[in-house]
Parts: sequence; structure tokens; C-alpha cells
Amino acid sequence: MANAIEVTGLRKSFGRTAALDGLDLTVRDGEVHAFLGPNGAGKTTTLRILLGLLRKDAGQVTLLGGDPWRDAVGLHRRLAYVPGDVTLWPGLTGGEIIDLLGRLRGGLDPKRRQALTERFELDPAKKARAYSKGNRQKVALIAALASDAELLLLDEPTSGLDPLMEAAFRDTITDERRQGRTVLLSSHILAEAEALSDRVTIIRDGRAVETGTLAELRHLTRVSVDAQTSRPAALDGLPGVHDLVTDGLRVRAQVDQADLDEVLGRLHQAGVRALTCRPPTLEELFLRHYFSAERSVAGAPQ
Amino acid sequence: MTALAHPGRTRAGLAGTRALTALAVRRDRIGLAAAVYVITAGVAGTAWTLKRLYPTPAGRAALAATGGANPALRFLYGRLDGSSAGSLTTWRYGVWAGLFAALLAIFVVIRHTRSDEEAGRLELVGSAAVGRQAALVAALITAAAGAGAVTVLLCAVLPLTGLPAAGSALLALGIGCCGLAFTGIAAVAAQLSASARAGRGIALAVLGVAFVLRGVGDSAGAAGPGWLSWLSPLAWIQLTRPFAAARGWVLVLPLAVAAAGTGLAFAVADRRDLGAGLLPDRPGRASASAFLRDPSGLAWRLQRGALAGWAAGYVFLFAICGAAAQGIGQLFGTSSALEREFTRIGGQAAITNAYLAALMLLAGLAAAGYAVSVIVRLRAEETGDQAELVLATATGRIRWALSHIVVAVAGSALLLALAGLAAGLGYGLRIGAPGTWAGTMAGAALAELPPVLVLAGVALAVVGWWPRASVPAAWTALGLVVVIDLFGPALQLSHWILDISPFTHAPRLPGGPVQARPLAWLCAVALVLSVAGPAGLRRRDIG
Repeated sequence: MANAIEVTGLRKSFGRTAALDGLDLTVRDGEVHAFLGPNGAGKTTTLRILLGLLRKDAGQVTLLGGDPWRDAVGLHRRLAYVPGDVTLWPGLTGGEIIDLLGRLRGGLDPKRRQALTERFELDPAKKARAYSKGNRQKVALIAALASDAELLLLDEPTSGLDPLMEAAFRDTITDERRQGRTVLLSSHILAEAEALSDRVTIIRDGRAVETGTLAELRHLTRVSVDAQTSRPAALDGLPGVHDLVTDGLRVRAQVDQADLDEVLGRLHQAGVRALTCRPPTLEELFLRHYFSAERSVAGAPQ
Repeated sequence: MTALAHPGRTRAGLAGTRALTALAVRRDRIGLAAAVYVITAGVAGTAWTLKRLYPTPAGRAALAATGGANPALRFLYGRLDGSSAGSLTTWRYGVWAGLFAALLAIFVVIRHTRSDEEAGRLELVGSAAVGRQAALVAALITAAAGAGAVTVLLCAVLPLTGLPAAGSALLALGIGCCGLAFTGIAAVAAQLSASARAGRGIALAVLGVAFVLRGVGDSAGAAGPGWLSWLSPLAWIQLTRPFAAARGWVLVLPLAVAAAGTGLAFAVADRRDLGAGLLPDRPGRASASAFLRDPSGLAWRLQRGALAGWAAGYVFLFAICGAAAQGIGQLFGTSSALEREFTRIGGQAAITNAYLAALMLLAGLAAAGYAVSVIVRLRAEETGDQAELVLATATGRIRWALSHIVVAVAGSALLLALAGLAAGLGYGLRIGAPGTWAGTMAGAALAELPPVLVLAGVALAVVGWWPRASVPAAWTALGLVVVIDLFGPALQLSHWILDISPFTHAPRLPGGPVQARPLAWLCAVALVLSVAGPAGLRRRDIG
């Protein structure tokens, strides 16, 4: 089996609001797949359908070869889930909850539990009511990571963690991938997806707007060009040049891949003194998908 | 510099109090109004009912002679001075009105201090231009406003029932001051522990001790430790003797407690950090015991504390009420109207049996309340997102629901058995046949289990099929049944209405006839509902 998750044309509405509007998502076995989108794009709804907590309205969903609604219990033995907003039982300690969730899932590795508790610096003897948001998240993370699940579904797992713990989280996910586990990581933190993921799906208003490896996504997109020339470079009006800012002899622009050669030629004619060309960051990709309307109105980058 | 070192002692420490008080009143407007109404209506209703049931001085004197001398009733209701309608009202409801006023104060104070602090809301509020003591002051003002409203309303309403104005005012002040005393006690409790639950527990424990102290003191004979009552804020209401040789100076005691509690709370709040308590937060187990390994273990763990509390309350209350059954005939002999009422609810003529059967009906209604509270926990776990954690593991929805259903069924059966045993022992020990009566009453109590299960089934069905409205719907169904069972017979409602309540179809034991068919029907209805509920749960979205 090549795909851990296959979703096509998935629809789900709550009353009159369409949360998912024909979503497609494919997560291959053994990859870390980032599921990116702003709040309210439908990431959590998708994960809940994958967990069989919500019933789909239409579309095809296959999870680990099964139907997430019908085969929920059997499939859940093979996956672990960390919700975005972790709520625990206030009277139970973190350690008790980690053990309980592990046992409910069908066992967890005590050595990994110990190692992860140390790595995430969690005090397992504290009652859950005394935990901060970050610590509650650590409890759910440790419970998920200490299991031997083949698929991890993580919903914004680092939203409450400090930078140190975020680094620990990234190390752990890198280890998981090496061991061949499949990870679906929903996030709106792009640096996280950039650092961890093999492939990315960007979702907006309940629909996948972009999917592929980071390289593929960048291929589709523009290159950021920043140049100093000896004479004014005549880039104005060239096809494929966007968001042009001319500041004396300095020009900045977003350039379509196909028109890069022409632009570089013009710069060369103007006498290049300094030149930076770089692939767009995910932030820029993201901005393009979500704020293109505002940008075209403002007419200037940043 | 002084202002910086002790910000709480300056006016700056109180900045924002007005806004926070308005917020507290806004958040509590319904609960506070309802509680004030319940307390006021309870006292006024008691005064009115006693006047109706005992219209003549001779009847009242007879009630005072029997009821006021019965140790079990003195434990439950307190001491009786005189035999006027006012004295009887103070006896019958003074302690309990004080108890409710105290509960109101405790819940309001903890809710607006430690609960908000624990939830982090106080941090958000405190980061605005709000003084360090503002939240505590706002909570105290809100609680005191509740006690004040009760006092003012009672001063106005009680004379309308025909009680003397001066005595009414003293009784009203006694109840209000009891609320103030527990406002001070709750303020201290809120400072002690970092958890709202523990803080509330401490304040409620003080209330429980106060009830027992005065119970022992009030029921003690002339040679007994009657002085114990003087230690209890709940007894001070009756110790003012509002309608017989009044001594208003007793009110100094609750006011002193209120002042001391408030002062102590401010002193502690001034010195401690936000979020910290005086008592250390006890660490728990670093890993789960072997017991916490499946949904049933989790459900038991989540529900066991509440069940233990219910069980203790059941044993305590029904043992005393059972003991009070001895001599109940004489007590009722003083009012033919009261006797009629009891034989209606109890459903039979023999007065002791009718009393005990009515007691078991109450045990059944309360057990239904317990069962509904357990079932709606399913919905609370769902909206609180804990259900998501469990259902994302290899736990099916049915298994998850069953784990709580088992607690509801076993828990309410246990409570009913305890009610029967305790009432049977309480009565049996007084008449010298504890074994026989314990058995009889345990059976009588368990006959109320089928209707309890029907109500639990209703709760389960709405959780399964009508999740958004399930919690109010389940409680409304219970409330309807309580009203039908307690007031239906007296209002002589038609059989169609009475038959709505499942309790109408259970036998009135001890003494009444037992028919298998209605019980079998009740069990069948409960079973159908309990299958329907999880079936709905399986079909719908979670969350």
C-alpha cells in the first residue's frame, strides 16, 4: 500500500457553513506531510473525519486502507492523535493520562515514555489542572509518540510549546520519520512545515489549493529577485514581473520562473553590482495564497 | 515606595472593583436571582404552610411538644423556642435557609476568586488597570448582595404571611448574617488552595462540620453538650430566638466571623503570588495504577468522588430520617392536613409506612438526579474535548458510553440500597428490630430502581439523539417528574398527568401492594431508551 491517507472530494457542512468543500489530500506511507492553512480553513475538521469522530457528507476517505467511520476502533490501534486544543481530566496526573491513553490504544513502550518525558521536561506527577497549555500538549504528545502507532495525526502540536520544546519536537519527528512512521502534521507555523515535511498540502476555505513537495511548490512559483545595478534597469512592463519596487538603482521584484532569463538579461545590461535570487519562503507562498487580493490592491510587497 | 511594596493596602489595589462587580453580577444574574428566590420562597412558603396546616394555637402547641422534642427532628431542623407560627417557621426552616444562604455565598465567592484565577481569567483581568484586591472585593460584594437581597425580601415578605414584623426582621437578619459569615469563610478557603475545587471543598467541609456540630448540640438533651450549637454559624439563626424572648446580640457572632474571614483573606491575598495557594498542591502518581487501563477504569475514576459524596450524604440523611419515623404517628396526629398530605404521597393509610414509603420515593428521586448527572457527564466530556482523546484511541463509542452507563446504574442501585439500609436501621434500632427493618427497607428502596433507570435512559436518549439540548432536556425531564410526584397528589392532578412519572408506577413500599407488571414495563422502557441512546450516539458527529 502506497498511501496512508487518501481523501478525494471530501465535503462536510455544519448547518449552512461548508467547512470542507471538495478537499483532496494524499499522504504517502512513511512521509511527513504538512497540512497548512490559516485558522478556520478546515484542518481540524479533516482530522476529525479521519478519526471517525465526524461523519463526512460526501467524498472518498481511506485511512490505512480502511474506512475511518466504519473501522474506527481497528484503525485507531494503528494511529495516534494529538488534538490542537488539549483538554485533560483535571483530577488525573499527566503520568496517569499518558499511561491511560497508551493502554487504551493498545500499549506503549515504557522506555520511550521515560525518554520522551525527560526530553520534553514534563513533571508527570502533577495534576492536569496545574498544567499550562504547553504542558497539556506535552502530555498528549508523549502519549502519542510513546506508542508504536504507524501513523501520527498531529493537530498544531507545537502551538503551546516554547522554542526549546519546539526544537525537541522537531528532533523527535525527524527520528520518527527515520523509523518509517507516517506523520500528518497540521500547522499554520510555516517554518515548522519547512523544517520537517517531505510534502505539503495547503488548504484554504475547505479546499486544497496547492499540494506537492516544497521543491515542486516552489517550481510553480516566483523567485524573489533583489538587485543593485550601475544604471537604471528597465524592468517595468516586462511579462512575469510582479510587485516591482524601484528605489534609485535598487530593484526588487517577484519573477515568474519562466521569465527569469529575460529579467536577468535586462539586469545584466544595466550592469549588475549586487544580486540576490532566492526561492520564496513558505511564508511568501502562503501570503500569495491568502493575501493576494489585498496585495494587488496595495500594489506593493510587504 | 510603600504603595509598591503593599499595593493591596492602597486605593490602587481596589481599582476596577466596580467593573469587576458589575461583571460578577452580570455572570451570576440568573443563578443569583434563582438562589435568592429559592431561599426566600422556602422560608415564606414554610411560614404559610405551617399556618395552613396548624391553624389553631392548640395544634401548634401539640406540634411543638412532639416535634420539638423528637431528637432526630431536632438534629435535622434545630431547636424550637415557643410554639407561635414564627417559632415553628424558625424551627422548621431556619437552619436550612441558613445552609442555603451559606451554599450561595460559598459558590459565589469561590467562583469569582479562585475559579477565575485557576482558569487564568484573573490573569487576563489583572493585566488591565485592575487592583490586586479588586477581584476578591468584587466577589465579596456580590455574595454580600445575595445575602442582603434575601434579608430585605424576607423582611418584606414574612409579615405578609402574618408573622410579627420585628421577629421577621430578626429571622431575616439571622439568615443574611449566616450568608455573610460563610462569605468570610469562603474568602479564606479561596486563598488556601491553588485549586478552586479544593477551596470549595474546604468551605463545604466547614459547612458540614457546622451542620453536625449544631445537630449534636440541638438534639442533646438538657444534660448533653448543648453548648456545641454555639460553635456553629448555622445554629446562631435559631439562637437569636426571633419570635420568643429575642436576643439580637447573637448576630454579633456571624458578623465577627465575616469580618475576621474577610480580613484574613485580604492579608493572605496581599502576600501570595497570583495562582499560588497557602496549601501545597499535592503531587499525584507519576504513572497510572493497573486499575486505570480501560474506559471503565477511567469512568470509575472520574465518578467515584461524586459517588462517595452522595453515598455519605444518603447514609447520613436517611439514617436520621428513618430514626425520625418512630413517633411520627403522634407528630402527624397534631395536624390532619399534614397527615392527609403524607398518606397521599406515601400512597397508603398506615402512617409510619406512608412516611417511610414517602422517604423511599425521595430517595428514588434523588437517585434519579444522581443517575442523570452521571449520564450527562458523557456530554460534558464530549463538549470538553476529553471524549475526543478517548475516542481517538481503540475505544468505540458504545464502549465509552457503556463505561459511564454502568456507573449510573450501579451507583444509583448502591445509593438506593444504602438509603433503604440506613432508614431501616435508623427506624429498626429505635423500635428494636434493626435486622428485619434493614432488609424490608432495602427491598423497598430497590423497588424505586426501575423508575430511576427510566430517567437515566431518557438522559441517555437525548445525549444520543439531541446532543445540543441534552443537558437542559435531561434535567427538565427530571424536574417535571419531581414536581409531578411531590405536588401532583396534593393538587389532585388527573391520572394522565400522574402517569407521566415513572415513579407513579413503582410500588409504594413498605406496606403497599407489589405488582410485577408495571415494574417489568418500567424495566422494558429503560432498556429501550438505553439501547436507543447509544444507537444515536453511534450515528452522529462527536463534539
